[in-house]
Amino acid sequence: MNIFVIMKRTFDTEEKIMISDGQVDESGAEFIINPYDEYAIEEAIVLREKHGGEVTVVTVGEDEAEKVLRTALAMGADKAVLINDEEIQDGDSFSTAAILAAFLKDKEADIILAGNVTVDGSSGQVGPRLAVELGIPAVTSITKLTIDGYQALIERDVEGDLETVEAQLPLLVTCQQGLNEPRYPSLPGIMKAKKKQIETFDLDDLDLEEDVKAKSKMLDIFLPPVKGAGRILEGELGQQAKELISLLKTEAKVM
Amino acid sequence: MAKKVLVLGEVRQGEIRNVSFEAIAAARQMADGGEVVGLLLGNHSDPLANEMIHYGADRVIVAQHTDLETYVPDAYSQAIMQVIKAENPYGFILGHTSIGKDISPRIAARLKSGLISDAISLEVNGDQVVFTRPIYSGKAFEKKVITDGIVFATIRPNNIPSLEKDESRFGEVTSLNVEIKDLRTIVKDVVHKATSGVDLSEAKIIVSGGRGVKSKDGFNLLQELADLLGGAVGASRGACDADYCDYSLQIGQTGKVVTPDLYIACGISGAIQHIAGMSNAKVIVAINKDPEANIFSIADYGIVGDLFEVIPLLIEEFKSVAVY
Repeated sequence: MNIFVIMKRTFDTEEKIMISDGQVDESGAEFIINPYDEYAIEEAIVLREKHGGEVTVVTVGEDEAEKVLRTALAMGADKAVLINDEEIQDGDSFSTAAILAAFLKDKEADIILAGNVTVDGSSGQVGPRLAVELGIPAVTSITKLTIDGYQALIERDVEGDLETVEAQLPLLVTCQQGLNEPRYPSLPGIMKAKKKQIETFDLDDLDLEEDVKAKSKMLDIFLPPVKGAGRILEGELGQQAKELISLLKTEAKVM
Repeated sequence: MAKKVLVLGEVRQGEIRNVSFEAIAAARQMADGGEVVGLLLGNHSDPLANEMIHYGADRVIVAQHTDLETYVPDAYSQAIMQVIKAENPYGFILGHTSIGKDISPRIAARLKSGLISDAISLEVNGDQVVFTRPIYSGKAFEKKVITDGIVFATIRPNNIPSLEKDESRFGEVTSLNVEIKDLRTIVKDVVHKATSGVDLSEAKIIVSGGRGVKSKDGFNLLQELADLLGGAVGASRGACDADYCDYSLQIGQTGKVVTPDLYIACGISGAIQHIAGMSNAKVIVAINKDPEANIFSIADYGIVGDLFEVIPLLIEEFKSVAVY
Protein backbone atom coordinates (compact mmCIF):
# COMPACT_ATOMS: atom_id res chain seq x y z
CA MET A 1 0.00 0.00 0.00
CA ASN A 2 1.32 3.41 -0.97
CA ILE A 3 0.63 5.54 2.12
CA PHE A 4 1.24 9.27 2.50
CA VAL A 5 0.89 11.42 5.59
CA ILE A 6 0.75 15.20 5.41
CA MET A 7 1.95 16.81 8.59
CA LYS A 8 2.87 20.17 10.09
CA ARG A 9 5.34 21.45 12.63
CA THR A 10 3.49 23.43 15.29
CA PHE A 11 4.13 25.17 18.59
CA ASP A 12 4.23 22.87 21.60
CA THR A 13 0.81 23.06 23.25
CA GLU A 14 2.57 24.01 26.52
CA GLU A 15 3.87 27.24 24.98
CA LYS A 16 2.51 30.63 25.89
CA ILE A 17 2.03 32.80 22.82
CA MET A 18 3.84 36.11 22.58
CA ILE A 19 3.67 38.63 19.79
CA SER A 20 6.39 40.87 18.46
CA ASP A 21 6.40 42.95 15.26
CA GLY A 22 2.93 41.78 14.33
CA GLN A 23 3.91 38.14 14.40
CA VAL A 24 3.91 35.26 16.84
CA ASP A 25 7.32 35.27 18.51
CA GLU A 26 8.98 31.94 17.80
CA SER A 27 12.23 32.57 19.64
CA GLY A 28 12.98 29.95 22.24
CA ALA A 29 9.71 28.11 21.60
CA GLU A 30 9.53 24.32 21.50
CA PHE A 31 8.05 22.78 18.38
CA ILE A 32 6.26 19.48 17.97
CA ILE A 33 4.40 17.47 15.36
CA ASN A 34 0.86 18.84 15.27
CA PRO A 35 -0.88 16.49 17.78
CA TYR A 36 -3.63 15.48 15.30
CA ASP A 37 -0.96 14.62 12.71
CA GLU A 38 0.51 12.14 15.20
CA TYR A 39 -2.71 10.14 14.93
CA ALA A 40 -2.26 10.19 11.15
CA ILE A 41 1.33 8.95 11.38
CA GLU A 42 0.42 6.20 13.84
CA GLU A 43 -2.50 5.04 11.67
CA ALA A 44 -0.27 5.03 8.60
CA ILE A 45 2.27 2.79 10.34
CA VAL A 46 -0.50 0.45 11.52
CA LEU A 47 -1.81 0.24 7.93
CA ARG A 48 1.65 -0.63 6.63
CA GLU A 49 2.10 -3.27 9.34
CA LYS A 50 -1.18 -4.84 8.24
CA HIS A 51 -1.08 -4.40 4.48
CA GLY A 52 2.59 -3.89 3.65
CA GLY A 53 3.90 -1.03 1.53
CA GLU A 54 5.51 2.22 2.45
CA VAL A 55 4.78 5.30 4.56
CA THR A 56 5.97 8.68 3.30
CA VAL A 57 5.53 11.76 5.49
CA VAL A 58 5.32 15.11 3.72
CA THR A 59 5.43 18.62 5.10
CA VAL A 60 5.31 22.08 3.58
CA GLY A 61 7.41 24.51 5.56
CA GLU A 62 10.87 25.81 6.20
CA ASP A 63 14.12 23.97 6.88
CA GLU A 64 13.38 23.86 10.62
CA ALA A 65 10.65 21.31 9.88
CA GLU A 66 13.36 18.67 9.36
CA LYS A 67 13.40 17.92 13.06
CA VAL A 68 9.75 16.91 13.25
CA LEU A 69 10.08 14.88 10.05
CA ARG A 70 12.96 13.07 11.77
CA THR A 71 10.61 12.33 14.69
CA ALA A 72 8.05 10.86 12.26
CA LEU A 73 10.80 8.69 10.74
CA ALA A 74 11.77 7.56 14.25
CA MET A 75 8.14 6.57 14.91
CA GLY A 76 8.42 4.29 11.88
CA ALA A 77 7.76 6.22 8.66
CA ASP A 78 9.90 5.03 5.75
CA LYS A 79 10.50 8.27 3.87
CA ALA A 80 10.23 11.96 4.54
CA VAL A 81 9.72 14.88 2.18
CA LEU A 82 10.17 18.56 2.95
CA ILE A 83 8.75 21.04 0.48
CA ASN A 84 10.27 24.42 1.16
CA ASP A 85 7.73 27.19 0.66
CA GLU A 86 9.94 30.10 1.71
CA GLU A 87 9.40 31.82 -1.66
CA ILE A 88 5.70 32.14 -0.91
CA GLN A 89 5.26 34.99 1.49
CA ASP A 90 2.30 34.42 3.80
CA GLY A 91 0.80 31.39 2.10
CA ASP A 92 -2.60 30.21 3.33
CA SER A 93 -4.49 26.90 3.29
CA PHE A 94 -5.12 27.30 -0.44
CA SER A 95 -1.37 27.68 -1.06
CA THR A 96 -0.44 24.65 1.04
CA ALA A 97 -3.10 22.45 -0.59
CA ALA A 98 -2.03 23.54 -4.08
CA ILE A 99 1.64 22.81 -3.32
CA LEU A 100 0.82 19.39 -1.85
CA ALA A 101 -1.41 18.60 -4.83
CA ALA A 102 1.42 19.40 -7.24
CA PHE A 103 3.70 17.04 -5.34
CA LEU A 104 1.19 14.22 -4.86
CA LYS A 105 -0.62 14.19 -8.21
CA ASP A 106 1.68 11.62 -9.85
CA LYS A 107 2.53 9.62 -6.71
CA GLU A 108 -0.36 7.17 -7.02
CA ALA A 109 -1.15 7.28 -3.33
CA ASP A 110 -3.62 4.66 -2.12
CA ILE A 111 -4.37 6.63 0.97
CA ILE A 112 -3.40 10.07 2.29
CA LEU A 113 -3.74 10.71 6.02
CA ALA A 114 -3.76 14.14 7.65
CA GLY A 115 -4.59 15.63 11.02
CA ASN A 116 -8.15 16.82 11.49
CA VAL A 117 -6.94 20.33 12.30
CA THR A 118 -3.72 22.04 13.36
CA VAL A 119 -3.38 23.49 16.84
CA ASP A 120 -1.89 26.75 15.49
CA GLY A 121 -3.82 28.05 12.46
CA SER A 122 -6.72 25.64 13.08
CA SER A 123 -8.41 26.18 9.72
CA GLY A 124 -8.88 22.45 9.04
CA GLN A 125 -8.92 23.30 5.32
CA VAL A 126 -5.80 21.71 3.84
CA GLY A 127 -6.94 18.07 3.90
CA PRO A 128 -10.34 18.49 2.19
CA ARG A 129 -8.94 21.10 -0.23
CA LEU A 130 -6.14 18.71 -1.23
CA ALA A 131 -8.64 15.89 -1.87
CA VAL A 132 -10.63 18.15 -4.21
CA GLU A 133 -7.44 19.17 -6.04
CA LEU A 134 -6.48 15.51 -6.45
CA GLY A 135 -10.00 14.44 -7.39
CA ILE A 136 -10.24 11.83 -4.63
CA PRO A 137 -12.88 11.51 -1.89
CA ALA A 138 -12.15 12.76 1.62
CA VAL A 139 -13.56 11.65 4.94
CA THR A 140 -12.85 14.01 7.84
CA SER A 141 -12.55 13.58 11.58
CA ILE A 142 -12.18 9.80 11.56
CA THR A 143 -11.95 7.69 14.72
CA LYS A 144 -11.69 4.22 13.17
CA LEU A 145 -10.38 2.92 9.85
CA THR A 146 -10.60 -0.58 8.40
CA ILE A 147 -9.35 -1.33 4.90
CA ASP A 148 -10.19 -4.45 2.97
CA GLY A 149 -8.86 -4.47 -0.59
CA TYR A 150 -10.00 -1.19 -2.08
CA GLN A 151 -12.86 -0.82 0.37
CA ALA A 152 -12.55 1.43 3.43
CA LEU A 153 -14.95 1.28 6.36
CA ILE A 154 -14.63 4.37 8.49
CA GLU A 155 -16.08 5.69 11.72
CA ARG A 156 -16.14 9.44 12.15
CA ASP A 157 -16.89 11.80 15.00
CA VAL A 158 -19.81 14.10 14.22
CA GLU A 159 -20.11 16.41 17.22
CA GLY A 160 -20.13 13.47 19.58
CA ASP A 161 -22.24 11.18 17.37
CA LEU A 162 -20.66 8.29 15.52
CA GLU A 163 -21.13 8.01 11.77
CA THR A 164 -20.08 4.96 9.78
CA VAL A 165 -19.00 5.70 6.22
CA GLU A 166 -17.99 3.47 3.33
CA ALA A 167 -15.56 4.69 0.66
CA GLN A 168 -13.14 3.38 -1.94
CA LEU A 169 -9.40 3.91 -2.23
CA PRO A 170 -7.69 6.14 -3.27
CA LEU A 171 -8.90 8.23 -0.39
CA LEU A 172 -7.89 11.06 1.92
CA VAL A 173 -8.81 10.95 5.62
CA THR A 174 -8.29 13.45 8.43
CA CYS A 175 -7.62 11.97 11.84
CA GLN A 176 -9.38 12.80 15.08
CA GLN A 177 -8.51 12.04 18.66
CA GLY A 178 -9.64 8.55 19.67
CA LEU A 179 -8.39 6.96 16.43
CA ASN A 180 -5.33 5.45 18.11
CA GLU A 181 -2.64 5.98 20.69
CA PRO A 182 0.43 7.38 18.87
CA ARG A 183 3.62 5.48 19.70
CA TYR A 184 6.73 7.11 21.06
CA PRO A 185 9.83 6.82 18.89
CA SER A 186 11.88 3.82 20.07
CA LEU A 187 15.63 4.05 20.59
CA PRO A 188 16.38 1.79 17.59
CA GLY A 189 13.82 3.84 15.67
CA ILE A 190 15.68 7.04 16.51
CA MET A 191 19.02 5.49 15.46
CA LYS A 192 17.52 4.30 12.17
CA ALA A 193 15.88 7.66 11.52
CA LYS A 194 19.25 9.38 11.69
CA LYS A 195 20.37 7.45 8.65
CA LYS A 196 17.23 7.98 6.60
CA GLN A 197 17.31 10.66 3.90
CA ILE A 198 14.94 13.58 3.95
CA GLU A 199 14.10 14.54 0.39
CA THR A 200 13.77 18.29 -0.05
CA PHE A 201 12.08 20.24 -2.81
CA ASP A 202 11.70 23.89 -3.69
CA LEU A 203 8.57 25.14 -5.39
CA ASP A 204 10.58 25.34 -8.65
CA ASP A 205 11.05 21.56 -8.50
CA LEU A 206 7.29 21.03 -8.57
CA ASP A 207 5.06 21.15 -11.59
CA LEU A 208 2.72 23.81 -10.25
CA GLU A 209 -0.29 24.27 -12.48
CA GLU A 210 -1.42 27.48 -10.90
CA ASP A 211 -0.32 30.46 -8.92
CA VAL A 212 -0.20 29.35 -5.30
CA LYS A 213 -0.45 32.87 -3.90
CA ALA A 214 -2.69 33.09 -0.82
CA LYS A 215 -6.37 33.90 -1.23
CA SER A 216 -6.70 35.36 2.24
CA LYS A 217 -4.57 37.76 4.21
CA MET A 218 -3.85 38.38 7.86
CA LEU A 219 -4.13 42.07 8.77
CA ASP A 220 -3.44 41.96 12.45
CA ILE A 221 -2.68 39.60 15.29
CA PHE A 222 -3.31 40.25 18.97
CA LEU A 223 -3.53 38.58 22.36
CA PRO A 224 -6.77 38.19 24.31
CA PRO A 225 -7.29 40.71 27.11
CA VAL A 226 -5.70 39.58 30.36
CA LYS A 227 -8.33 38.45 32.82
CA GLY A 228 -7.93 39.55 36.41
CA ALA A 229 -8.19 36.93 39.13
CA GLY A 230 -11.74 36.44 40.30
CA ARG A 231 -13.28 36.06 43.68
CA ILE A 232 -12.80 33.04 45.91
CA LEU A 233 -15.92 32.60 48.00
CA GLU A 234 -15.65 32.00 51.72
CA GLY A 235 -17.64 30.57 54.59
CA GLU A 236 -19.54 27.34 55.02
CA LEU A 237 -20.00 25.39 51.75
CA GLY A 238 -23.80 25.55 51.80
CA GLN A 239 -23.57 29.30 52.17
CA GLN A 240 -21.06 29.50 49.31
CA ALA A 241 -23.42 27.58 47.04
CA LYS A 242 -26.19 30.07 47.84
CA GLU A 243 -23.87 33.02 47.30
CA LEU A 244 -22.59 31.66 43.98
CA ILE A 245 -26.08 31.28 42.56
CA SER A 246 -27.00 34.75 43.70
CA LEU A 247 -23.83 36.19 42.10
CA LEU A 248 -24.48 34.37 38.83
CA LYS A 249 -27.97 35.86 38.75
CA THR A 250 -27.38 39.40 39.90
CA GLU A 251 -23.72 40.23 39.23
CA ALA A 252 -22.65 38.03 36.29
CA LYS A 253 -26.20 37.95 34.89
CA VAL A 254 -25.78 34.60 33.19
CA MET A 255 -29.02 33.17 34.56
CA MET B 1 -22.94 49.00 -1.83
CA ALA B 2 -25.71 46.47 -1.49
CA LYS B 3 -24.59 42.88 -1.89
CA LYS B 4 -26.03 39.41 -1.99
CA VAL B 5 -24.93 36.98 0.73
CA LEU B 6 -25.85 33.30 0.86
CA VAL B 7 -26.35 31.48 4.20
CA LEU B 8 -26.58 27.73 4.67
CA GLY B 9 -29.34 26.80 7.10
CA GLU B 10 -28.32 23.68 8.95
CA VAL B 11 -31.17 21.46 10.09
CA ARG B 12 -30.72 19.07 12.97
CA GLN B 13 -33.43 16.93 14.49
CA GLY B 14 -36.03 18.82 12.50
CA GLU B 15 -34.92 22.26 13.62
CA ILE B 16 -32.65 24.95 12.26
CA ARG B 17 -29.56 25.27 14.41
CA ASN B 18 -29.00 28.51 16.30
CA VAL B 19 -25.66 29.03 14.58
CA SER B 20 -27.49 29.34 11.25
CA PHE B 21 -29.48 32.28 12.66
CA GLU B 22 -26.19 33.76 13.87
CA ALA B 23 -24.87 33.29 10.33
CA ILE B 24 -27.86 35.24 8.99
CA ALA B 25 -26.97 38.11 11.35
CA ALA B 26 -23.39 38.07 10.05
CA ALA B 27 -24.65 37.99 6.46
CA ARG B 28 -26.97 40.95 7.09
CA GLN B 29 -23.98 42.96 8.24
CA MET B 30 -21.99 41.97 5.13
CA ALA B 31 -24.86 42.55 2.72
CA ASP B 32 -24.80 46.25 3.59
CA GLY B 33 -28.43 46.83 2.75
CA GLY B 34 -28.40 44.09 0.12
CA GLU B 35 -30.02 40.69 0.06
CA VAL B 36 -29.54 37.72 2.39
CA VAL B 37 -30.51 34.44 0.75
CA GLY B 38 -31.07 31.39 2.94
CA LEU B 39 -30.30 27.95 1.58
CA LEU B 40 -31.82 24.72 2.85
CA LEU B 41 -30.71 21.38 1.47
CA GLY B 42 -33.20 18.51 1.42
CA ASN B 43 -36.92 18.15 1.42
CA HIS B 44 -37.59 20.83 4.03
CA SER B 45 -40.92 22.42 4.76
CA ASP B 46 -41.95 26.04 4.37
CA PRO B 47 -42.12 26.65 8.16
CA LEU B 48 -38.38 25.98 8.41
CA ALA B 49 -37.65 28.26 5.47
CA ASN B 50 -39.88 30.94 6.98
CA GLU B 51 -37.98 30.72 10.23
CA MET B 52 -34.83 31.76 8.38
CA ILE B 53 -36.78 34.74 7.06
CA HIS B 54 -38.04 35.61 10.56
CA TYR B 55 -34.42 35.73 11.67
CA GLY B 56 -33.37 38.09 8.88
CA ALA B 57 -33.13 36.27 5.53
CA ASP B 58 -34.91 37.98 2.62
CA ARG B 59 -35.73 34.82 0.72
CA VAL B 60 -34.93 31.12 0.93
CA ILE B 61 -33.99 28.53 -1.65
CA VAL B 62 -34.81 24.93 -0.81
CA ALA B 63 -32.58 22.69 -2.91
CA GLN B 64 -34.25 19.34 -3.29
CA HIS B 65 -32.94 15.89 -4.06
CA THR B 66 -33.37 12.53 -2.34
CA ASP B 67 -29.58 12.36 -1.78
CA LEU B 68 -29.73 15.46 0.43
CA GLU B 69 -31.64 13.84 3.29
CA THR B 70 -28.46 13.08 5.22
CA TYR B 71 -25.14 14.87 4.99
CA VAL B 72 -22.97 13.40 2.25
CA PRO B 73 -20.09 15.67 1.16
CA ASP B 74 -20.39 14.99 -2.58
CA ALA B 75 -24.16 15.57 -2.58
CA TYR B 76 -23.91 18.80 -0.56
CA SER B 77 -20.96 20.04 -2.67
CA GLN B 78 -22.81 19.52 -5.93
CA ALA B 79 -26.02 21.12 -4.65
CA ILE B 80 -24.23 24.14 -3.16
CA MET B 81 -22.13 24.64 -6.32
CA GLN B 82 -25.30 24.70 -8.43
CA VAL B 83 -26.88 27.30 -6.16
CA ILE B 84 -23.70 29.42 -6.13
CA LYS B 85 -23.58 29.26 -9.91
CA ALA B 86 -27.21 30.31 -10.21
CA GLU B 87 -27.08 33.08 -7.59
CA ASN B 88 -23.52 34.33 -8.00
CA PRO B 89 -23.36 35.70 -4.44
CA TYR B 90 -20.82 38.17 -3.09
CA GLY B 91 -20.46 36.13 0.10
CA PHE B 92 -21.31 32.79 1.70
CA ILE B 93 -21.59 32.21 5.46
CA LEU B 94 -22.19 29.02 7.40
CA GLY B 95 -21.70 27.74 10.93
CA HIS B 96 -18.38 26.25 11.99
CA THR B 97 -20.12 22.99 12.82
CA SER B 98 -19.30 19.43 11.91
CA ILE B 99 -20.97 19.93 8.52
CA GLY B 100 -19.65 23.48 8.08
CA LYS B 101 -16.05 22.40 8.74
CA ASP B 102 -16.36 19.49 6.36
CA ILE B 103 -18.12 21.14 3.44
CA SER B 104 -16.62 24.66 3.37
CA PRO B 105 -13.03 23.76 2.33
CA ARG B 106 -14.41 21.51 -0.43
CA ILE B 107 -16.53 24.37 -1.80
CA ALA B 108 -13.62 26.81 -1.43
CA ALA B 109 -11.37 24.44 -3.40
CA ARG B 110 -13.96 24.11 -6.17
CA LEU B 111 -14.43 27.87 -6.33
CA LYS B 112 -10.65 28.47 -6.04
CA SER B 113 -11.63 30.88 -3.31
CA GLY B 114 -10.23 31.93 0.02
CA LEU B 115 -12.05 30.78 3.15
CA ILE B 116 -11.91 32.08 6.70
CA SER B 117 -12.73 29.34 9.20
CA ASP B 118 -14.12 29.71 12.68
CA ALA B 119 -14.68 33.48 12.80
CA ILE B 120 -15.97 34.97 16.06
CA SER B 121 -16.77 38.47 14.77
CA LEU B 122 -16.71 40.59 11.66
CA GLU B 123 -16.64 44.24 10.69
CA VAL B 124 -17.30 45.87 7.36
CA ASN B 125 -14.50 48.27 6.57
CA GLY B 126 -15.12 50.02 3.28
CA ASP B 127 -14.88 47.36 0.61
CA GLN B 128 -13.44 44.77 2.98
CA VAL B 129 -15.05 42.40 5.43
CA VAL B 130 -12.59 41.86 8.26
CA PHE B 131 -13.08 38.67 10.26
CA THR B 132 -11.58 37.98 13.67
CA ARG B 133 -10.72 34.39 14.46
CA PRO B 134 -8.93 32.62 17.29
CA ILE B 135 -5.58 30.98 16.56
CA TYR B 136 -3.45 28.79 18.81
CA SER B 137 -6.77 27.66 20.33
CA GLY B 138 -7.66 31.11 21.56
CA LYS B 139 -4.22 31.97 22.95
CA ALA B 140 -4.19 34.66 20.23
CA PHE B 141 -6.50 36.19 17.62
CA GLU B 142 -6.02 37.28 14.04
CA LYS B 143 -7.91 39.67 11.81
CA LYS B 144 -8.22 38.30 8.33
CA VAL B 145 -9.69 39.22 4.94
CA ILE B 146 -10.38 37.30 1.75
CA THR B 147 -8.22 38.56 -1.11
CA ASP B 148 -9.45 36.29 -3.90
CA GLY B 149 -12.84 34.68 -4.46
CA ILE B 150 -16.15 35.15 -2.67
CA VAL B 151 -16.26 36.46 0.91
CA PHE B 152 -16.53 33.04 2.44
CA ALA B 153 -16.44 32.22 6.15
CA THR B 154 -17.62 29.80 8.79
CA ILE B 155 -18.62 31.31 12.13
CA ARG B 156 -18.16 29.82 15.57
CA PRO B 157 -21.41 29.14 17.44
CA ASN B 158 -22.34 31.42 20.37
CA ASN B 159 -20.27 34.43 19.30
CA ILE B 160 -22.23 36.56 16.82
CA PRO B 161 -25.65 37.36 18.29
CA SER B 162 -28.59 36.39 16.10
CA LEU B 163 -31.17 39.07 15.23
CA GLU B 164 -34.42 39.36 17.11
CA LYS B 165 -37.00 36.97 15.67
CA ASP B 166 -39.61 38.92 13.70
CA GLU B 167 -42.56 36.77 12.69
CA SER B 168 -44.03 39.55 10.60
CA ARG B 169 -41.15 39.34 8.13
CA PHE B 170 -42.14 37.84 4.83
CA GLY B 171 -40.13 36.51 1.93
CA GLU B 172 -40.19 34.24 -1.05
CA VAL B 173 -39.44 30.53 -0.65
CA THR B 174 -38.45 28.78 -3.88
CA SER B 175 -37.58 25.18 -4.45
CA LEU B 176 -34.83 24.20 -6.80
CA ASN B 177 -34.30 20.74 -8.16
CA VAL B 178 -30.59 20.02 -8.19
CA GLU B 179 -28.67 17.33 -10.02
CA ILE B 180 -26.56 14.96 -7.99
CA LYS B 181 -24.48 12.07 -9.25
CA ASP B 182 -21.50 9.83 -8.49
CA LEU B 183 -21.49 9.82 -4.69
CA ARG B 184 -18.13 8.45 -3.59
CA THR B 185 -18.94 7.96 0.09
CA ILE B 186 -21.95 6.24 1.62
CA VAL B 187 -23.22 6.76 5.16
CA LYS B 188 -24.01 3.30 6.53
CA ASP B 189 -25.06 4.18 10.04
CA VAL B 190 -25.25 6.97 12.63
CA VAL B 191 -25.11 6.23 16.36
CA HIS B 192 -26.18 9.05 18.65
CA LYS B 193 -23.67 9.01 21.45
CA ALA B 194 -24.10 12.50 22.85
CA THR B 195 -25.38 12.13 26.39
CA SER B 196 -27.81 15.02 26.41
CA GLY B 197 -29.69 16.91 23.75
CA VAL B 198 -27.51 20.00 24.15
CA ASP B 199 -24.56 20.22 21.82
CA LEU B 200 -21.29 21.16 23.51
CA SER B 201 -20.26 23.74 20.91
CA GLU B 202 -23.62 25.55 21.08
CA ALA B 203 -24.31 25.13 24.82
CA LYS B 204 -24.86 28.32 26.81
CA ILE B 205 -23.89 26.53 30.01
CA ILE B 206 -21.20 23.87 30.34
CA VAL B 207 -20.45 21.79 33.43
CA SER B 208 -17.00 20.35 32.92
CA GLY B 209 -15.05 17.73 34.86
CA GLY B 210 -11.41 16.81 35.26
CA ARG B 211 -9.46 14.06 36.96
CA GLY B 212 -10.96 15.21 40.27
CA VAL B 213 -14.30 13.73 39.16
CA LYS B 214 -12.65 10.33 39.72
CA SER B 215 -15.06 8.04 37.85
CA LYS B 216 -17.83 7.59 35.27
CA ASP B 217 -20.26 7.81 38.19
CA GLY B 218 -18.80 11.17 39.09
CA PHE B 219 -19.69 12.38 35.60
CA ASN B 220 -23.31 11.36 36.21
CA LEU B 221 -23.36 13.95 38.99
CA LEU B 222 -22.08 16.58 36.55
CA GLN B 223 -24.71 15.51 34.05
CA GLU B 224 -27.41 15.97 36.66
CA LEU B 225 -26.31 19.57 37.23
CA ALA B 226 -26.00 20.20 33.48
CA ASP B 227 -29.47 18.79 32.80
CA LEU B 228 -30.92 20.96 35.54
CA LEU B 229 -29.39 24.06 33.93
CA GLY B 230 -30.19 23.05 30.35
CA GLY B 231 -26.47 22.77 29.66
CA ALA B 232 -23.97 20.24 28.40
CA VAL B 233 -21.18 18.26 30.05
CA GLY B 234 -17.56 18.74 29.02
CA ALA B 235 -14.28 17.31 30.24
CA SER B 236 -10.55 17.87 30.46
CA ARG B 237 -8.12 15.63 28.62
CA GLY B 238 -7.14 14.02 31.94
CA ALA B 239 -10.71 12.83 32.52
CA CYS B 240 -10.95 11.45 28.97
CA ASP B 241 -7.56 9.71 29.19
CA ALA B 242 -8.70 8.11 32.45
CA ASP B 243 -11.80 6.85 30.58
CA TYR B 244 -14.27 8.63 32.86
CA CYS B 245 -15.99 9.92 29.72
CA ASP B 246 -15.86 9.91 25.93
CA TYR B 247 -13.25 11.92 23.99
CA SER B 248 -16.10 13.71 22.23
CA LEU B 249 -16.53 15.69 25.47
CA GLN B 250 -12.93 16.90 25.58
CA ILE B 251 -12.41 20.66 25.77
CA GLY B 252 -8.97 22.10 25.17
CA GLN B 253 -6.23 22.69 22.66
CA THR B 254 -6.85 19.21 21.34
CA GLY B 255 -10.59 18.74 21.58
CA LYS B 256 -13.29 21.36 21.37
CA VAL B 257 -12.95 25.07 21.89
CA VAL B 258 -16.08 26.45 23.52
CA THR B 259 -17.50 29.87 24.39
CA PRO B 260 -20.53 29.37 26.64
CA ASP B 261 -22.04 32.09 28.84
CA LEU B 262 -21.21 30.02 31.91
CA TYR B 263 -18.47 27.43 32.36
CA ILE B 264 -18.39 25.47 35.62
CA ALA B 265 -15.03 23.70 35.99
CA CYS B 266 -15.21 20.85 38.51
CA GLY B 267 -12.05 19.13 39.69
CA ILE B 268 -10.06 20.60 36.80
CA SER B 269 -6.54 21.78 37.63
CA GLY B 270 -6.34 24.21 34.72
CA ALA B 271 -3.51 23.04 32.47
CA ILE B 272 -2.66 25.56 29.76
CA GLN B 273 -4.05 23.19 27.09
CA HIS B 274 -7.42 23.02 28.83
CA ILE B 275 -7.58 26.76 29.42
CA ALA B 276 -6.96 27.32 25.71
CA GLY B 277 -10.28 25.61 25.04
CA MET B 278 -12.50 27.56 27.42
CA SER B 279 -10.86 30.81 28.52
CA ASN B 280 -13.19 32.87 26.31
CA ALA B 281 -16.26 31.70 28.22
CA LYS B 282 -18.11 34.76 29.48
CA VAL B 283 -18.20 33.63 33.12
CA ILE B 284 -16.02 30.91 34.64
CA VAL B 285 -16.73 29.16 37.94
CA ALA B 286 -14.07 26.88 39.42
CA ILE B 287 -14.69 24.21 42.04
CA ASN B 288 -11.54 22.50 43.26
CA LYS B 289 -10.17 21.04 46.50
CA ASP B 290 -6.74 22.52 45.85
CA PRO B 291 -6.69 26.27 46.56
CA GLU B 292 -3.47 26.53 44.50
CA ALA B 293 -5.05 25.02 41.36
CA ASN B 294 -4.28 27.13 38.28
CA ILE B 295 -7.95 27.17 37.24
CA PHE B 296 -8.63 29.73 40.01
CA SER B 297 -6.33 32.22 38.26
CA ILE B 298 -8.82 32.61 35.38
CA ALA B 299 -12.06 31.95 37.28
CA ASP B 300 -14.53 34.74 38.00
CA TYR B 301 -15.82 32.86 41.01
CA GLY B 302 -14.12 30.07 42.91
CA ILE B 303 -15.20 27.61 45.54
CA VAL B 304 -12.43 25.75 47.33
CA GLY B 305 -13.94 22.45 48.32
CA ASP B 306 -14.71 18.85 47.40
CA LEU B 307 -16.83 18.81 44.26
CA PHE B 308 -18.76 15.81 45.62
CA GLU B 309 -19.96 18.04 48.45
CA VAL B 310 -20.31 21.27 46.48
CA ILE B 311 -22.22 20.02 43.42
CA PRO B 312 -25.06 18.34 45.37
CA LEU B 313 -25.40 21.61 47.33
CA LEU B 314 -25.57 23.54 44.06
CA ILE B 315 -28.13 21.12 42.64
CA GLU B 316 -30.28 21.48 45.75
CA GLU B 317 -29.95 25.25 45.70
CA PHE B 318 -30.71 25.58 41.96
CA LYS B 319 -33.78 23.39 42.45
CA SER B 320 -35.02 25.52 45.31
CA VAL B 321 -34.60 28.83 43.49
CA ALA B 322 -35.85 27.25 40.25
CA VAL B 323 -33.96 29.55 37.94
CA TYR B 324 -34.77 27.26 35.06
